[in-house]
Amino acid sequence: MILTAVLVLGLIGIFFAIVLYFVAQKFKVLEDPLIDEIAEVLPGANCGGCGKAGCRAMAEAFVKQGNMDGLKCPAGGEEVARKVAELLGCTPEISDPMVAVVRCNGSCGNATAKNNYDGLADCAFANSVYVGESGCAFGCLGLGNCAKACQFGALSMDPETGLPVVDEEKCTACGACVKACPRGIIELRKKGVKNRRVYVACRNKEKGAVARKWCTAACIGCGKCEKTCPFGAIKVENNLAYIDFNLCRLCRKCVAECPTGAIHAVNFPPLPPKKEAPAADAAPAKEKVEAAAPAPEPEKAPVQNNPTY
Amino acid sequence: MNLLKISGSPHVHSDESTKKIMWRVNLALVPMLLTGIAYFGLNALLISIVSVACCCLFQWLIEKFILKVPSTVCDGSAIVTGLLLAFNVPATADMIWLVAIGALVAIGVGKMSFGGLGKNPFNPALVGRVFMLISFPVQMTTWPTVGKWFPMGFDTVSGATPLGLIKEGVKGGQSISEVLASPDMPSLCDIFLGHMGGSLGEVSAIAILIGAIYLLCRKVITWHIPVAFIGSAFILSGILWLADPTQFIDPVTTILTGGIMLGACFMATDMVTSPMAKSGQLIFGVGCGLLTIIIRNWGAYPEGVSFAILLMNSVTPLINRWCKPARFAC
Amino acid sequence: MGGVHPEENKISTNAVIEQMPLPKQVAVLMNQHLGAPATPIVAKGDKVKVGQLIAEAQAFMCANIHSPVSGTVNKIDTCKDMVGLPKTAIYIDVEGDEWMESIDRTPDIKRECTLEPKEIVAKLKEMGIVGLGGATFPAHIKYSVPEGKKAEYLIINAAECEPYLTSDHRVMMEHAEEICIGVSILRKALGVPNAYIGIESNKPEPIRVMTEMARTFEGIIVEPLVVKYPQGAEKQLINSITGRKVPSGKLPIDVGCVVSNIGTTFAVYEAVQKNKPLIENILTVTGKKLPSQHNYQCRIGITYNDIIKHALGQLPETTGKVISGGTMMGKAISNLDAPTTKGASSVLVMDENEARRRPESNCIRCGKCINACPMGLEPYLFSALVKNDRIEEAQAHNILDCIECGCCFFSCPANKPLTDEIRLGKNKVRAMMAAKK
Repeated sequence: MILTAVLVLGLIGIFFAIVLYFVAQKFKVLEDPLIDEIAEVLPGANCGGCGKAGCRAMAEAFVKQGNMDGLKCPAGGEEVARKVAELLGCTPEISDPMVAVVRCNGSCGNATAKNNYDGLADCAFANSVYVGESGCAFGCLGLGNCAKACQFGALSMDPETGLPVVDEEKCTACGACVKACPRGIIELRKKGVKNRRVYVACRNKEKGAVARKWCTAACIGCGKCEKTCPFGAIKVENNLAYIDFNLCRLCRKCVAECPTGAIHAVNFPPLPPKKEAPAADAAPAKEKVEAAAPAPEPEKAPVQNNPTY
Repeated sequence: MNLLKISGSPHVHSDESTKKIMWRVNLALVPMLLTGIAYFGLNALLISIVSVACCCLFQWLIEKFILKVPSTVCDGSAIVTGLLLAFNVPATADMIWLVAIGALVAIGVGKMSFGGLGKNPFNPALVGRVFMLISFPVQMTTWPTVGKWFPMGFDTVSGATPLGLIKEGVKGGQSISEVLASPDMPSLCDIFLGHMGGSLGEVSAIAILIGAIYLLCRKVITWHIPVAFIGSAFILSGILWLADPTQFIDPVTTILTGGIMLGACFMATDMVTSPMAKSGQLIFGVGCGLLTIIIRNWGAYPEGVSFAILLMNSVTPLINRWCKPARFAC
Repeated sequence: MGGVHPEENKISTNAVIEQMPLPKQVAVLMNQHLGAPATPIVAKGDKVKVGQLIAEAQAFMCANIHSPVSGTVNKIDTCKDMVGLPKTAIYIDVEGDEWMESIDRTPDIKRECTLEPKEIVAKLKEMGIVGLGGATFPAHIKYSVPEGKKAEYLIINAAECEPYLTSDHRVMMEHAEEICIGVSILRKALGVPNAYIGIESNKPEPIRVMTEMARTFEGIIVEPLVVKYPQGAEKQLINSITGRKVPSGKLPIDVGCVVSNIGTTFAVYEAVQKNKPLIENILTVTGKKLPSQHNYQCRIGITYNDIIKHALGQLPETTGKVISGGTMMGKAISNLDAPTTKGASSVLVMDENEARRRPESNCIRCGKCINACPMGLEPYLFSALVKNDRIEEAQAHNILDCIECGCCFFSCPANKPLTDEIRLGKNKVRAMMAAKK
């Protein structure tokens, strides 16, 4: 009795094993093993920062192309690029490391709420309904689409300011938050020497008086920074200053000049309390630049030190 | 002055809420509780209290300590589960403590493990009931006798349900008419009033109808599932009965005995686990009815409503996928 | 099919239309209509008269804009609209009330219209008439039936199914004859045998007045409608009156229908018979907790604050929300300094408690949203799909059919913001389709 059962089941098992073997042979997909190897090296977060459907799709694209021209994994950065290049046997495409920067300082204190949003907690939706709680048509809506979009946990909403905060160590500059923000507030900027960056934390294109009405920290387009900048890195267009991070030498002259504190300098040591301001110096050495940085009112200079550093 | 509120339209809301719906269901279950107490005495009341209390307690504990979310006990859905679970067990003294285990399974496994109200694929009360039926088959099929009105004692003299009698009789070689003629079998009038053996809340068709009509009037349920369920059970059993009256019971007795009425009006109509579109609800009801009759006549158990509903619950997502409401603009 | 019954709250029904006094300054927005903004043709310091053309329609989908007041152009600058977004506007300082001579301001009612259909349409274009039912669709485009299509029905929407709003009700009560003349003009412009005026049967007085008046005209039929929101939605109204259904993604004209709001017909009468451009509209000022209810005839460009000041002095302390339009589809106003536009129909003041949204809970799959949806869609499904960014599936389930009537959110016992989610989903679907092109 037991023997029959064992035999019957055993035979059935063998039969199906044979069937499965032939089916597997028939439908075998020949795939370059390199794809698996590269996929292994990629971050595996499927963030979409490369523009492909996911990390595996990216690996396929690498293998298909055979080199790295035009394909870049922003999340992986330099390290991944080198590894992939090694596997592909080509030269790696290394670009400067980038980081997400929030260009709005319309915190609860600077841009007080003029109304009370009571709808779906989604920036894109709120943006389609109205202007936002602060009344600024360019400012952060504070509903956290960027934080939801971040696959790396690098963005979080600060409950006190109502603004997103970027964790520079976790940020891979994949650009998901840039796409998620309906107002284009987040920008990928060069990480900078020692992570130091100077940028305009405002996107308001309205005239100064109107912009100030909604937010005390708005860029009013006065142009002082443009005139001060010794490197021609700052342009004021449509009442809004923009600092080109490729030209900026991190001298921080503009920071001291800005009347509303819209220009932020992050990860700098506190400005030395010097009164005298020497002439513009184009020396690239950063020590020199720092020494040359004028600081008429150091306590007022809006230096935002990131607590993670 | 306050800050003006901003939101997308619409700016008004009907006064409908989950809480209201659940409390209406609870109210609709009261007639069954009363008839249960009338037929089975204090046991019925105690079982119901233990069941409801345990369901609420377990839900509160799970929400507080495991899920760490605000408690939703107040929305009344745990009470619905508790009452329905109590209504699905025999009103014997054993059940007073066994129902607590059923409540744990119903709430813990049937409901909260999926994320709470609205996310459970199966009717939690039936999950609890089926668990008890499989785990405690003896206790779950020991029925108290119903002889007098308002029995006050805790006697557990075992009687039998009409369906149980028939199943045993047919197995023993008797024909249906012989079983129906036996003195243990209640009359049709008794069956309608619920004066027969059976689970605590399922016996009285009239109490169930009162509750169901209330729910229909308050628009908590629609007619589609109950009518499709009872109707298909009636038709299939009618066909079988016409084909062979010696082997199959007549359709009227079929729909009035066992859990068909309770299941069709209160358990199959559970919003969470039944299809959303009207056409889907009809399919769901018909499926439940046919499966019930099939299980009753050819399955191992004399009763099949719980299994039928749970089986149909499992295909509800598929039904939702295929049964779409009619589009206005095609 | 579908629909809900929100509380009607037509508390301003008996308030006779009053004339709103002129403000000190008006701001006339350049996009008051669907389509491209109009181009200003006046400059700072110019003197303008009431009814003078101040901005011209240069694009196809655009409408002329006329000065609602007489005075001096103060500036042409950005102006925040009622939801706070910056738009271009012409600011005019009011001086006196001097009208253009071409406008007939006599109270006589002119019945006869001698213009040819083409001339009527040209007149509508010249006078900047747009649909006043909410979409502000330029009227001259609507009444120029495209080649190869034929209008068979003219349907006048007087359902006013939105809660609170009474401006259409009052216009019918007070200007029945003008409306009927306006309808006849539109009938002539389209060349259709009959025009149907659809009125919800909860308005027996307007039905009686309009029916009596319509008897003296040829080819105007008053049609009482079942009381159900959204009875006045274009596609539902066409279905109620003609039995036809507008297919997905098509326009009413594709099934031979042209739908106009009742307010528009009054504007058409004034434009064609009296040469008066669209410079005034009728606004309901209402709210449950307000001391008084009003219907006003206002010049376009007056700010919401001016209206509130005149009607109520100031907003009650407990105000929670101010809405332009009805409670089901109106827009919450965040900027009360914004000027009114051609499409404005009400200032609805809601109490804190009335305005508060209750907290959202889990979907219990009750299917109430499906039963409520007048388009036969599955709002609960869109909610889940949009939340998980499954935009293509949402499109496959016809999310674009949604008319955003709000029935789903209204009926949801779990208070899920379904309409918000669907609107977001529609935007995402449209963005996806645009990206694909």
